[in-house]
Amino acid sequence: MSDPHPPYLHPAYQSTALRAPSQPLIMPAYGPDAVELSSPVFGHAELGTLDNDLTRQHRGEPLGERIVVTGRVLDASGRPVPNTLVEVWQANAAGRYIHARDQHPAPLDPNFTGAGRCLTDDEGRYRFVTIKPGAYPWRNHHNAWRPAHIHFSVFGTAFTQRLVTQMYFPGDPLFAFDPIFGSIADEKAKERLISRLDMDTTVPEWALGYQWDIVLGATPTEDS
Amino acid sequence: MTTPSQTVGPFFGYALPYGDGPRVVPEWRPDAIRIHGTVFDGAGEPLPDALLEIWQAGPDGEVPRAVGALARDGHDFAGFGRCGTDAAGHYWFSTLKPGGPTPYIALLVFARGLLKPVITRIYFPGEPGNAGDPVLAGVPAERRDTLVAVREHDRSYRFDVHLQGGQETVFFAV
Repeated sequence: MSDPHPPYLHPAYQSTALRAPSQPLIMPAYGPDAVELSSPVFGHAELGTLDNDLTRQHRGEPLGERIVVTGRVLDASGRPVPNTLVEVWQANAAGRYIHARDQHPAPLDPNFTGAGRCLTDDEGRYRFVTIKPGAYPWRNHHNAWRPAHIHFSVFGTAFTQRLVTQMYFPGDPLFAFDPIFGSIADEKAKERLISRLDMDTTVPEWALGYQWDIVLGATPTEDS
Repeated sequence: MTTPSQTVGPFFGYALPYGDGPRVVPEWRPDAIRIHGTVFDGAGEPLPDALLEIWQAGPDGEVPRAVGALARDGHDFAGFGRCGTDAAGHYWFSTLKPGGPTPYIALLVFARGLLKPVITRIYFPGEPGNAGDPVLAGVPAERRDTLVAVREHDRSYRFDVHLQGGQETVFFAV
């Protein structure tokens, strides 16, 4: 199976130039060990009950298009991964992060922070209520714009499976111009980062629904 | 069918780090150790926007199964820590030294410009098991030191991460 992940060095994404390791990665003798093949355990009591609803973290409702984003976290064999921590963060509807270093001159929304988290249920399912993020400019090259995306961080059952990625929205016209999305060589692998509009997830009169499953990698031991 | 990785980007700072993230155990515990260091790029510049995560065995050498990494109670050892680098590229953790003959701490580094994380191991200096450790032995001798923390004083260790260049840290393909 070909590596679905982008390379470290992708010159079109300029920040990789001085941050990509230049030496080959080394496989530890006998592969990953018991620590690397296990993962921290998180408990429901550690999370707030509204942590997965990004539209209810302030006094008022955020501006923008309310959406539901849901899907399952699966292992390399397609088995659900229950009780694993899923964290998300994103720009607001205007394409602005609340982060202090985001200098994009678009309005902040006093009712939107843009960060959430949840544990997957027994079927590996996560669910967030949020606002559809806006596209935003960045300084990678002249007239550079990121397609709308939600950042995801997922743990899984092994530290070696730890995944941080970005979920995109179907049909985004910026895909062809984005060197981060474009860092993935395989077209089929790219498609796995794009959510699907789902009318069964959509809540009538309230919010469009998007489905997006996350499939974690096999560990070297599982591959062999 | 694996979902591909994408960079953590520059704007995770309000979302992923959390109050007690670096504090796997409180600093006041007599058995607490401090692991800290700086993350550098290939030009030797520190990274002010890296995120580091550690995961490790407890002093008994066993993989922790206790919850409580997000909401620390100061007693149970959950084994997981997270720290974003500061403006000078510096990170720190307060934790316990793992047990076993060749103790190490697993370390993941995420950053803008890293399209996928790097994973490495923080070994401890002066451990009798290091000399015979097959993982350390499998690393070219001239790069082996990049995996071993530097003892500063009794309970403090420094472990710098060089993403690229002459002092590049050994990263693993796991």
